[in-house]
Amino acid sequence: MNKNPQPPQWATAFLRWYCRPRLLEDLEGDLYEYFIRNVRRKGLPYARLVYWLDVIKFLRPYTIRKIEPLTFLTQFMMIGSYFKTSRRNLVRNKLFSFINVVGLAVSMSVGLLVIAIVNDLLSYDDFHEKKDRIYRVITHHQNDGQTPMDLASTSVRTAQRLAGDVPGVENFTMLRNGFSGDAKVGQNTFPLEATWADQSFFKVFTFPLVAGDPATALQEPYSLVLTEKTARRLFGSTQVLGKTVRFDTLDYQITGVAKDIRHLSHIHFDALLSFASWDATIGKKQNELYNWDNVWSNYTYITLAKNGSTAGVQRALSRISAEENKALIHKKVTLSLQPLKDIALGRKLSNNMGPRMEPTTLWIVAGLAFVIILSACFNYTNLSVARSLRRSREVGVRKIIGARRSHVLGQFMTEAVLIAFLALVFSFGLFLVLRREFLALDPHIPEIFKLNLSVRSVLSFIALAIITGLVAGFLPAVFFSKINALSAMKDASGLRIFRHIGLRRVLIVAQYTLSLVFIATTLAGYSQYKGFLNFDLGFTTENILNIKLNGADAAALKKELSEIPEVSKVSQSSMVTSLGSMYGFDVKYRPNASTPGDSALVWVNTVDENYLPIHQHKLISGSNFTLRPEKGKESELIVNQQVLKRFNIAGRDPQKALGHVLKVDGQDLTIIGVMKDFHYGTVENKIEPVMFRYSKSEPWGYLNLKIASTDLAGTMTKIESAWKRFDKIHPLKANFYDDQIEDAYSRFSMMIKVIGFLAFLAICIASLGLFGMVVFTTETKLKEISIRKVLGASEPGLVYLLCRGFITLLAVAALIALPATYLLFDKVLLTGFAYHQPISIPEMLGGALIVMLLALIMIGSQTARAARSNPAKVLKSE
Amino acid sequence: MKGTNLGEFEELVLLTIAALAAEAYSVAICDELERYTGRSAKLGVVHAVLNRLEEKGLAKSHLGDASATRGGKRKRFYEVTHAGKVALMRAKELREAIWRNIPGFNLEGSI
Repeated sequence: MNKNPQPPQWATAFLRWYCRPRLLEDLEGDLYEYFIRNVRRKGLPYARLVYWLDVIKFLRPYTIRKIEPLTFLTQFMMIGSYFKTSRRNLVRNKLFSFINVVGLAVSMSVGLLVIAIVNDLLSYDDFHEKKDRIYRVITHHQNDGQTPMDLASTSVRTAQRLAGDVPGVENFTMLRNGFSGDAKVGQNTFPLEATWADQSFFKVFTFPLVAGDPATALQEPYSLVLTEKTARRLFGSTQVLGKTVRFDTLDYQITGVAKDIRHLSHIHFDALLSFASWDATIGKKQNELYNWDNVWSNYTYITLAKNGSTAGVQRALSRISAEENKALIHKKVTLSLQPLKDIALGRKLSNNMGPRMEPTTLWIVAGLAFVIILSACFNYTNLSVARSLRRSREVGVRKIIGARRSHVLGQFMTEAVLIAFLALVFSFGLFLVLRREFLALDPHIPEIFKLNLSVRSVLSFIALAIITGLVAGFLPAVFFSKINALSAMKDASGLRIFRHIGLRRVLIVAQYTLSLVFIATTLAGYSQYKGFLNFDLGFTTENILNIKLNGADAAALKKELSEIPEVSKVSQSSMVTSLGSMYGFDVKYRPNASTPGDSALVWVNTVDENYLPIHQHKLISGSNFTLRPEKGKESELIVNQQVLKRFNIAGRDPQKALGHVLKVDGQDLTIIGVMKDFHYGTVENKIEPVMFRYSKSEPWGYLNLKIASTDLAGTMTKIESAWKRFDKIHPLKANFYDDQIEDAYSRFSMMIKVIGFLAFLAICIASLGLFGMVVFTTETKLKEISIRKVLGASEPGLVYLLCRGFITLLAVAALIALPATYLLFDKVLLTGFAYHQPISIPEMLGGALIVMLLALIMIGSQTARAARSNPAKVLKSE
Repeated sequence: MKGTNLGEFEELVLLTIAALAAEAYSVAICDELERYTGRSAKLGVVHAVLNRLEEKGLAKSHLGDASATRGGKRKRFYEVTHAGKVALMRAKELREAIWRNIPGFNLEGSI
């Protein structure tokens, strides 16, 4: 048994916390006496248990400490004094105040940005009056033997079934995206994209109309509701009720004008067509669009009745699903509900409408901001505790005059919160700058976020400042409140200020590790990103301009473009490869008539005869397309090596594979060429089987122009004027292939910018903290240095003496950070990429070296100054 | 202030304080009570009673010297105040007066 058994510490602490001071001492003694008895009789564990029980049993009205209003009152009255001393301290220690305020301000500005982002996401769809009762019907689609799919969209049939009596549903509406047409207004034509919506749309959602009756606006076929913006674009005014707009051969009547849609809405539209018009045009022709399993482009929303429950509606949906699924073979479609407020910040669904952010992403971003703020809090803690020598007298006097521990605690907490508020003012200014930069980071961001201030966000800002202050001030406050008044007054140097040196070292190492991880990630990530852009895709993208066509045969345009001298060649393709979009066909291959054959998905691009030469695709065997058949009559096919590998055609010999026939989409196509593998998808994916089919004209595809020009602007003007002669309605959409690739990887450049910025902040904060510590250490050791100097120490020797400790810390940080970053890239970040550059060690080391150098300069300059000081001056005052 | 009536247990505790004289502190009182009554006296109960007695002015207390056996904590010694003595006497007299009025009370017959 333990020679000196002790009662459980927590129990004693609890007792001390609640017990009246007058009763405490002897009660504690009594309990101890019983504890020792029990240890002797029944052993330590039993004694400890009884002690705990006793402590709890003594929690009675007469033992509980009275709340002392006086303490609170004095705290309150003393705030003025705290203000005063805090202000004096801020002014007296300008360097430390500067480090603290700047560090906190910089880090908090990131926190403010995260709060603004979260606030925006939480504010999505807030303007709907029934927002708490609106639910989206979402679909779970399961084909036997395939991975199931969760979709935000659902079938038209769902809405038809809801029209039957479903208890608990007050209203439902359905919409369908994808109308695109040329609107003729008088003599003018405008391209217009619109959404179909049924007559209940305005009952479910709150999209106010400035003109028209919301109850009937979308009832009749060929009704059209424009937003004010669209009305102005088409008519030049918003007084358009009753006018007609012509699409192809059909006249649509304008039955309503909606106010422009608020920014933070997941549903956006330029115009609404009544769903009845869809029934009358597209639906009439294609009956299968009404099928239960056609769940791809329709969206259904319900409002729950005031007394309805989601469980009830869900039961009804499950019943409907079960009934309808009976007619399906090898397939199951089940419906469920998703609250409106979960759409912008919820789980991933295919066919989602509007922006969505993964909660995990948000957590990661918030986590990074938290780490940065914590780093600044470390600085505050570190410096305050280090400076305790200078403030211990103040605490001593306060305690002697009658301050309790809680008063001192309160004082230092107040001070920290005050500094945090001061930092909040600066950080708000930084936030405004940061917000502008963030919104400009990527053209998509302003579409998603507004980042405007609201009551909620401002309150959160203030809460952030208070919490930051409390976190930063907690440790110093506890430290100061523990100071013994007498010893502080008698001999301040007796305070063991270096007692927490271990903690401080850990904090510095943590900060530097973080900074190094950030900077190494940024640099290594940047080299990966550059690697993606300059990746050898297997064909050339240089000086190729891709022009998007809008459904017209482009033969005339092609002819006109090829007459521009700077355009050396023009080709056509149905898509642009290597940007991430993919189109595929099921392809069947039968080596001979007797075998059943093998089928697989093969990605496709439909091109003309100029495509291969322009993009310099390398043919291993065979030739380019030789025939020029009309649409649907082609017989030639060019495949890549992966196709040979996948079907094992002719023993994968490119020469012998020529002449073999593949069945594509019901058509027999003969392989006339085999090209070298290239990246059809992005470099995240492995190279897969790809084929090129022939087509003379791709009205919805692209023209690929090879440009050979030194005057790009001049060439673009020529191309533009050629386009205007060809298509008067649609603006020219032309992009250089290289830019498009850069765009396809833009999220990486965005991430690198964000992490780079965080790296910058982390380094700033860590450097500030280190600087403060170096200054403090050299200042407190000034006498020691002087004495050493008098005794004959050399200046380099002194600098080394002072630096040694810090350099070890930095080395430890580097030893942790660099391998950690390497592993992060090797095991986590790059596993998602089938092709990537080797991790660039020199760049990681380079980043670390820069940070180290910065730190060394700081340490060196300060220690050198101290080492050069005149010992006579320092020692004179003793 | 509540009356200075003595409850039964209060009376016992007060008597024990008087009996223990200079050694009357909570743990000793508990032990002594156990010895007299044969029932275990819980510290929690005794502590509350001591506190109440002090509140009623029947007992007073002072802190003694620190001793190592109690983890360096001092004992709170109790003694009976004048009012306490008066209350004890009055209780005793009350009982005796009643006893005196019981005619021919003996236990012998019932054994």
